[in-house]
Amino acid sequence: MEKSAINKVKKIFLSILSGLDRQLGLILLGLATIGFITFLSASQNTPVRFEDELRNLALSFAVMWVVSRIPPKWLETEAVWIYVVGVALLVAVAIFGLIKKGARRWLNIGVVIQPSELMKIAMPLMLAWYFQKREGIQKTWDYGVAAIILGIPVALIARQPDLGTALLVFAAGLYVIILAGLPWKWILPFVGLGIFGIILIIIFGDTICAHNIAWPFVHNYQKHRVCTLLDPSSDPLGKGFHTIQSMIAIGSGGFFGKGWFQGTQAHLEFIPEKHTDFVFAVFSEEFGLLGNLILLALFFALIKRGLAISASAPNLFTRLLGASVTLIFFTYAFVNIGMVSGLLPVVGVPLPFISYGGTALVTLGFGAGILMSIHRHRRLVQS
Amino acid sequence: MVSFKKPDLDSFQERITIAIVFTTVCFLLLATRLLWLQVVNHGKYSVLADSNRIALIPVPANRGLLIDRNGIVIGRNYSALTLDINAEEVSGNVDELIDELSQIILISAKDRRNFKRALDDSRKMGTFPLRSMLTEAETARFMANRYRFPGVEIRARSFREYPYNELASHLIGYIGRVSQRDKERMQAEIESSKADDPDALQTSFLPGIQYVGKIGLEQSYETVLRGVPGYDQVEITAGGKPVRTLSSSPSVPGKNIVLSVDIKLQYLVEQLYGNFRGAFVAIEPETGDILAFVSKPNFNPNDFVEDIDPTTWKELNESPQKPLYNRPLKGIYPPGSTYKPFMALAALETKKRTPSQTISDPGYFDFGNHTFRDDKKGGHGIVDMQKSIVDSCDTYYYTLARDMGVNMMHDFMKPFGFGQITGIDLLGESKGVLPSTEWKKNTFKKPEQQRWYEGETISLGIGQGYNAFTILQLAHAMANMANNGIVMKPHLVKAIEDPFTRNRTLTTPKESYRIDLVPENIETIKKAMLEVNVSGTSASVFKGTGYQAGGKTGTAQVFSLNSKEYHHGSTAEFLRDHALYIAFAPAEKPTIVIAMVVENAGFGAQHAAPIARKALDFYLEGKWPKEIPEWKRAP
Repeated sequence: MEKSAINKVKKIFLSILSGLDRQLGLILLGLATIGFITFLSASQNTPVRFEDELRNLALSFAVMWVVSRIPPKWLETEAVWIYVVGVALLVAVAIFGLIKKGARRWLNIGVVIQPSELMKIAMPLMLAWYFQKREGIQKTWDYGVAAIILGIPVALIARQPDLGTALLVFAAGLYVIILAGLPWKWILPFVGLGIFGIILIIIFGDTICAHNIAWPFVHNYQKHRVCTLLDPSSDPLGKGFHTIQSMIAIGSGGFFGKGWFQGTQAHLEFIPEKHTDFVFAVFSEEFGLLGNLILLALFFALIKRGLAISASAPNLFTRLLGASVTLIFFTYAFVNIGMVSGLLPVVGVPLPFISYGGTALVTLGFGAGILMSIHRHRRLVQS
Repeated sequence: MVSFKKPDLDSFQERITIAIVFTTVCFLLLATRLLWLQVVNHGKYSVLADSNRIALIPVPANRGLLIDRNGIVIGRNYSALTLDINAEEVSGNVDELIDELSQIILISAKDRRNFKRALDDSRKMGTFPLRSMLTEAETARFMANRYRFPGVEIRARSFREYPYNELASHLIGYIGRVSQRDKERMQAEIESSKADDPDALQTSFLPGIQYVGKIGLEQSYETVLRGVPGYDQVEITAGGKPVRTLSSSPSVPGKNIVLSVDIKLQYLVEQLYGNFRGAFVAIEPETGDILAFVSKPNFNPNDFVEDIDPTTWKELNESPQKPLYNRPLKGIYPPGSTYKPFMALAALETKKRTPSQTISDPGYFDFGNHTFRDDKKGGHGIVDMQKSIVDSCDTYYYTLARDMGVNMMHDFMKPFGFGQITGIDLLGESKGVLPSTEWKKNTFKKPEQQRWYEGETISLGIGQGYNAFTILQLAHAMANMANNGIVMKPHLVKAIEDPFTRNRTLTTPKESYRIDLVPENIETIKKAMLEVNVSGTSASVFKGTGYQAGGKTGTAQVFSLNSKEYHHGSTAEFLRDHALYIAFAPAEKPTIVIAMVVENAGFGAQHAAPIARKALDFYLEGKWPKEIPEWKRAP
């Protein structure tokens, strides 16, 4: 009697999990666990309750589960519509969006939504669809079309302004274009130019960060972010405060960390946004380098698994989509950790599966769902 | 069925491999960065994290009391309720908050200004008093409305108070809020003391020092009075809010200082001066205890404690009466005829004169082509040493000065302390001028000015010319003579008192040095000075004393009258002569000496001597003059 009940539960449980990639699932479970543990400590003295985090995780899982059941073919068919709706919403934001904290990012359609978030998925979908469409007959000018598809929403997001999301959407699209075969002779000059530019900025940081120098194409606050990165102590109580304090948190954590709930930087409110964008500082302070290496290993495993799934995907659309989504996970993690540890300028990019935030978790769940779906449907398409 | 071409897949695989390499490199970069922060620089960031979270909250020490020689407290502390605002907890406009508070509690423009200045100085972190000395009614009104004002609270604080207000203001001085310059100076003191004592930083916690002695004894005994502020080591949030106390170190109260000054005598003399300007120093010759140290006019030191308001400051600072000027300490005056007893003693010691040796005084003395005049028209006739002092004969001293020469006078007067720093326990003492040929050479620039002219020697004999001394020096010299050449360093503080045990540690030094003098010579001079008060210039003033007092009057010219006759009433007040007087009493064993000046008052006998007489009457016999209001102990 009892045994059969257990079996019944087990059966239901297994049927829910069936078709989900076990490796990817375990990695995500590991990340979500770390995220939840860190959240409990980081959310001290914030208005957020742990039920909220549980709800978000559950929602993220639900989204992932649902998406994993959707055949990639369906996504491919609807890709254009999703993209068009996304761009339309962005245009709507630009016209009658809500302004909060000086940025026009939100739209009230009964509930308040942030359409740029949708673009993180819609962009790789659309571009993957396009290159799938042009497969075999691809011409050089296709990259021009791709650039337009990429450019319009990125420009719309960037002028909200929302540099972090624009960057992620841009990266998502760029990954698709590069993976679709963008010639190296076009990529390498930009890589070279970028490296050269960074070196120049580091060398001439003092000169170009002088007060009276205005940078072309860049807002003053954006210039500030780069400048405070080069020398956080130039403005210890202002713009540089976040970076300095998060670096102190990470550095003072040492190898083993101060222990769960023992982070003084976090608990005495020296870390800004400690449960959202800067949650990595809290984690680092309490779990040290050891914890960080485990976290990095998990992210690395996530990326390897995602790329492996993409590599064995049945067609160009799924391959491009899967690899792009995976590399977006990478971009999230790299940019966030880089920014919190003072390597990159401060942009609003959360740490995937660790930072608190419903929207991001839903998007991430969607992305993970796509990977699950590609894995689940790999043979169905092929055969 | 398979719809892709082989080269495409190869190229895709290749790019996936590159992507894996790229992400690996990026993650290695992050790992290196974290290794750098968490292992290589772990120590540095640990220190930073600790200094972030731990704040030292100062606990001010009670400042030591100022007590006069008879136990009367003249500088003390009182505890009062203040209205404090915690800057971080105030949301919104501070001005609006103050406006609202001022509806239930009286807040002056000065209160508001001081508060905002403190707020700006501190970069808006911490708690600052808006109003002090709240009345009971105000406290009650605030408590009833407290809920309306988060971040505003009532606290007890300690304040400095000088209960007798203007009395003895120049010697007491005052404390004031620590300025940036004070801080730098104290920091330097700590740095220098750290070399000797590695724990020095622990014992002098700067942020706990909010007030510092600015002038007077409050300044010169700052380190004794201040005590050692304690501190609570508190864990704080980024906003500066204390979370819990980790450890605390109690403050050590400052020590009391016991003055040598008799505050009643001080009060009497200040009252006797009335509206006259001047300086008055009384010393107990045997010990060097300063019994009274008067500078008139004076000021109210209480005005300075909590930031003086600009109008009062302007008034004090710009007044032609110069009430902030410490006259006995800094003011230099020609000693005039009060110099004569010292000159006479010099004549005996250097054997330039004997007591009975006489001169004939025609009323003037010609030297070169210049005529030096005597006060008395027609002269004093035949004058011996005693008569020269009793009648204050100038001609006697013109010839004496000529016979001694400037350097001999200088060498004799120097050990008495003329033109020398006495070493009194106040800062800012003037040195004055005791002329010599060397002094002139060092002081002037042009060669013709550097030369000493014989004519310049003559007027030195009557305490004029280049002679310029402080009243403190004059009193000190008088004490040295009265003490038969044993020099005691003058001081205002005689003991340091432990605030708990009341044990006193004497600070008074032993004798500094001894001037080798022939006792008979001193007796001759003292006898002559006693005679001054019997048949001399101040005889009428000293009629009927129950003790014997020696004295000498003096009149110091403020500017040269070019041998025109001087009429007291017709000269502008600030150009009138200064009236001087020196005294010692009682004759057999002096317990008090006095040197004093009444500025622009005219003749010494008329204006200075009566004050000295009443001061001596009180000090030696306890007689209080009828015209002066009774001394009242402050509540």
